[in-house]
Amino acid sequence: MRKLLLGLGFLLLHVTAQADSVLVTLEKDNAIAIMDSQTDTLLKTVPVGQRPRGIALSPDHKTLFVATSDDNTIKMLDAETFKELGALPSGEDPETFAVSPAGDRLYVSNEDDSQVTVIDVAKRKVVQKIAVGVEPEGIAVSPDNKWVVSASETTNMLHWIDPKTLKIVDNTLVDPRPRAVAFTADSQQLWVTSEIAGTLSVLDVKTRQLLKSIKLTVPGVTADKIQPVGVVIDNAHRWAYVAIGPANRVAVINAQTFAVEKYLLVGQRVWNLAFSPDQKKLYTTNGMSNDVSIIDLDSHTVTKSVGVGRYPWGVVVKP
Amino acid sequence: MSFLHYWRAMWGIIGRELWRFIKQRERFISALVRPLIWLFVFAAGFRASLGIAITPPYETYILYEVYITPGLVGMIQLFNGMQSSLSMVYDREMGSMRILMVCPLPRWFLLMSKLIAGVAVSVLQVYVFLAIAWGYDIQAPWQGYLWVLPALVLAGLMLGALGLLLSSFIKQLENFAGVMNFVIFPMFFMSTALYPLWKIQESSTLLHTIALYNPFSQAVELIRFALYGQYNQTAFIYTLVAFIIFMSAAIVGYNPSKGMMTSKKGAE
Repeated sequence: MRKLLLGLGFLLLHVTAQADSVLVTLEKDNAIAIMDSQTDTLLKTVPVGQRPRGIALSPDHKTLFVATSDDNTIKMLDAETFKELGALPSGEDPETFAVSPAGDRLYVSNEDDSQVTVIDVAKRKVVQKIAVGVEPEGIAVSPDNKWVVSASETTNMLHWIDPKTLKIVDNTLVDPRPRAVAFTADSQQLWVTSEIAGTLSVLDVKTRQLLKSIKLTVPGVTADKIQPVGVVIDNAHRWAYVAIGPANRVAVINAQTFAVEKYLLVGQRVWNLAFSPDQKKLYTTNGMSNDVSIIDLDSHTVTKSVGVGRYPWGVVVKP
Repeated sequence: MSFLHYWRAMWGIIGRELWRFIKQRERFISALVRPLIWLFVFAAGFRASLGIAITPPYETYILYEVYITPGLVGMIQLFNGMQSSLSMVYDREMGSMRILMVCPLPRWFLLMSKLIAGVAVSVLQVYVFLAIAWGYDIQAPWQGYLWVLPALVLAGLMLGALGLLLSSFIKQLENFAGVMNFVIFPMFFMSTALYPLWKIQESSTLLHTIALYNPFSQAVELIRFALYGQYNQTAFIYTLVAFIIFMSAAIVGYNPSKGMMTSKKGAE
């Protein structure tokens, strides 16, 4: 009997250890919601600071970075206990940022100052401020660490920054109001969403030129509601997913043919997306309906929407 | 009377009904066309609406056509129940009812067999409809298609019993238009088949109360929950009780000494 209980205990521990945590910033609740990925239920919410938006994990998954916009800082939290480890000098009103593949640097978009702030994480100091176009928003570092790309919403431009020299090497014009940028896992392509144009641009990283422009249209939904925001591409480079804001849909795009295969109905005003570590699930933050929708990626169906708190914005999944 | 006797009589009635159904291709097609028009035309107009708020058994936002599908399944069964009632009136006019009724078996058993025959037909129609809906991307979890069977049987029995009860009131075929106007349409429109209860409540409290107590709503909810692998106890009990009441009343209605026919004859 004792052995059986011990065995059960180990099994439980194993199961618990396997569960991933889905971490969601709640813009209005000034907190992070923590969801269990096995049961897809809300476990708890932890206060974090004023107006949290961008959220990312360090490559070793031990540190959680949260942009608390109204505190004008990026907070560093212990990813297990959610205790505050420190705050980074992000500049005014940080919203989106990207972590370098080694986890040593953070690249922060400062929308109001039209600049990108580069932070040394270990020293917690600003390395450099790079002047970019008006209202920089989306930012990403290529997995091979060769490029940092910042997208300026008002200038409609992508700025290609060399992470070694921290200088802008090239600029590419894209469709109006570029919002989010994402590299493919092989660093060969960059996918960009344009909020006003309702398009998705795929760029070849080598030439930094447009490969394909994809126009998003949801039958029956007016064009003004087609405002693509978050974009993610799976590691196998088979599928890309785009959150289309007030259209309440996530577009499922064949990453090889660039054909939009499906539009999945999720909650209201879907902002950002995150894969589960095994890439079998996709989590969406729905800003207006205060919930997270969960998409099963084998069947491409929305299985559940879970209430998390007010104005969910950013999402990351911790293994 | 042996069990075999009962068995043969029952299969005779069910066989006749199924044979009729298969033979009358127009009836089969028309039974499908009605809900399909609702699904492809009516629901398509609302598809653009940006999702329906989450209400059980759904766990996420759904398109209107997903919501309306169980309602249309209910509609198939409602019309089928009424169609059976129509065929009872027809049988009575043609004289085949007399042959059935003089059979040396209890009346309730004959009526029950007739009812089961109707349900079997409606279940067939529903599965064909659900298969077409599947192709239209309205897909429930596969287990739901098994769970829905008992729900369909109970809902079909309840709506069929209502049809039987009505047929005991209707003397002539021409009166069926009245059934359409006063029973089928109000039952269908004042239910949860087209809109969720909370949405109905927004527009009218009275309509909400009617929809809540409408046995058709409960049958639709029973089907809706079962299709998503969930058991709705309230809907189950409500539908079961409604079936017992309608069936008992129909049996009384068909009793020549106490039934409706006698009282109506007296009135003539």
